[in-house]
Amino acid sequence: MTLRAQVLEALGEVIDPELDEPITTLGFVSSCVVSTEGDVSVHLRLPTPQCAPNFAYLMTDDARAAISSVPGVGAISVTLDDHYTGAEINQAVARGGAFADAFPGETRGDLTALRLLFRRKALVGRQARVCEELVRDHDDAAICALRVRELPASPDVQRCLELRGELDLPHADDDPGLVAGDGSAIAPDQLRMWLRKARLMSLSLESNAAICRSLLAVRYPESPQEVAP
Amino acid sequence: MYEHDGEKYFILDAHLHFWDASPENWVKGREQYAKGWIECFHAYQGLGPDDTHWTIEHFMKYSVDDFEKDVFTEGKVDHAVFQSTYLKDWYTEGFNTAQQNAPLLERFPGKLTLNGRWDPREGEAGLKQLEEDAKQYNLKGVKLYTAEWYNGSRGWTLNDDVAQPFLEKCQELGIKNIHVHKGPTIWPLDKDAFDVSDIDHAATNFPELNFIVEHVGLPRIEDFCFMATQEPNVYAGLAVVVGGLMHARPRFFAKVMGELLFWVGEDKMLFGSDYAIWEPKWQIEGLLNWDYPDDTFSDYPRWTTEAKKKILGLNAAKLYDIDVPQELRLTEETSEPGAEDDARLVEFDNV
Repeated sequence: MTLRAQVLEALGEVIDPELDEPITTLGFVSSCVVSTEGDVSVHLRLPTPQCAPNFAYLMTDDARAAISSVPGVGAISVTLDDHYTGAEINQAVARGGAFADAFPGETRGDLTALRLLFRRKALVGRQARVCEELVRDHDDAAICALRVRELPASPDVQRCLELRGELDLPHADDDPGLVAGDGSAIAPDQLRMWLRKARLMSLSLESNAAICRSLLAVRYPESPQEVAP
Repeated sequence: MYEHDGEKYFILDAHLHFWDASPENWVKGREQYAKGWIECFHAYQGLGPDDTHWTIEHFMKYSVDDFEKDVFTEGKVDHAVFQSTYLKDWYTEGFNTAQQNAPLLERFPGKLTLNGRWDPREGEAGLKQLEEDAKQYNLKGVKLYTAEWYNGSRGWTLNDDVAQPFLEKCQELGIKNIHVHKGPTIWPLDKDAFDVSDIDHAATNFPELNFIVEHVGLPRIEDFCFMATQEPNVYAGLAVVVGGLMHARPRFFAKVMGELLFWVGEDKMLFGSDYAIWEPKWQIEGLLNWDYPDDTFSDYPRWTTEAKKKILGLNAAKLYDIDVPQELRLTEETSEPGAEDDARLVEFDNV
């Protein structure tokens, strides 16, 4: 695999925390250039100039971290284009600074709590899709009794378990197959209500992603984008 | 007034604008924000049908005649509510202020309601201005934009101590309809700027006020729905849901409408075109002709004639005390609350 392909693959692991999708499939990576010396220059773009600065910062900073994890890369430049706080974000990320350095006096802390909140939402949304499949041929008690090892093998299930691991929530073979956002088990008489809520969470993430895709297409018609290999 | 399949509908557009975003109105040194803002709005217009797209020049500044044609002549809107948005940090005379909107009230008597605004960061002077505006324009509502920039601050929330006197003043002056629009910035910047929990608190503390959450809290529709089920005085403003999804993403539109009808209910949803982002005509006709695309949506509440009548006009007419001709009213009050019983005490923490 070329170094450029590896860089793109690494960028494919960078998630838009608000949408729970990789920035590469969302079309947010507009260019990725790798020189013969291994220097990497990546440009990012977002659906509107006013996308929230905290999430914009996270994606830019995560992109830089992902690229730096690829063996053999030289100098790294990540630029967020066409954003109203782009200058502040680009400078802070290039310096290796934190979010608070980009916006001094405008934040109380880092973005850990914000990221955690949205990873938990993402987990609920992912599990909603798994549960929708399960309710087709299981009754509620059976679903709540399922252990991780009894879940059907599917990409959605895999993604749920990965995220449970990332969030330090129980995900061993004998742990509950579905859990609430805080890792607790779901009681059979709560399942239908939980599913209604979880389905709305999933819809929120998906419909936001749909709006973002539509706006990006209006903003950058026929403009190229980089996709992960 | 629309006639559709033998039924007559009173149309109240609860969210529209008459703005000036032309370069002559851009604050010197802030041009990139003024330009970015209107270009962003213009991109949203791109989510509507092709034949409703405007040039950016037309979009930046349109005339009273354009407004009349789009809203009253072709849109057949019976009554509309102006939502004032100031943004004076970026627009010299404001984006669409009460003063800019007021001449249209005289031009179209009885057809327009003007909403004011306030910003708690303006303190005593802001309170005084609110009192004057209330008297001058007979305000029944305000539009709050929590992400507005002011003197170096990038936003505020309804929970802030400084906001409480303004909410009290609204209650005292009978300004009972509080439209809230969440935007991308809020201090401190590490918080989720679209979080709607401050509206939850305000709605509990000010039960005489109605809180209309614009674009149903998008992009946090889940938080909004869970909150709206618990607060009898929280309403869903449909601006952006119809304009942004109905044409561009019809399956998502169907799901979002189904969820809103389930969680919030047809008595608490208000149509708003968000003109001039989108023209009202295609949105109203779209809603009248709409239904769920197939039977995979069967466990959502139905889209009935009664639901259409309420959402397209009667709900907002009630909030704004607008007189609806007898023949356009519902024959009898048969309204049911939304999913209140099923959905009470829902919070994200227990999902």
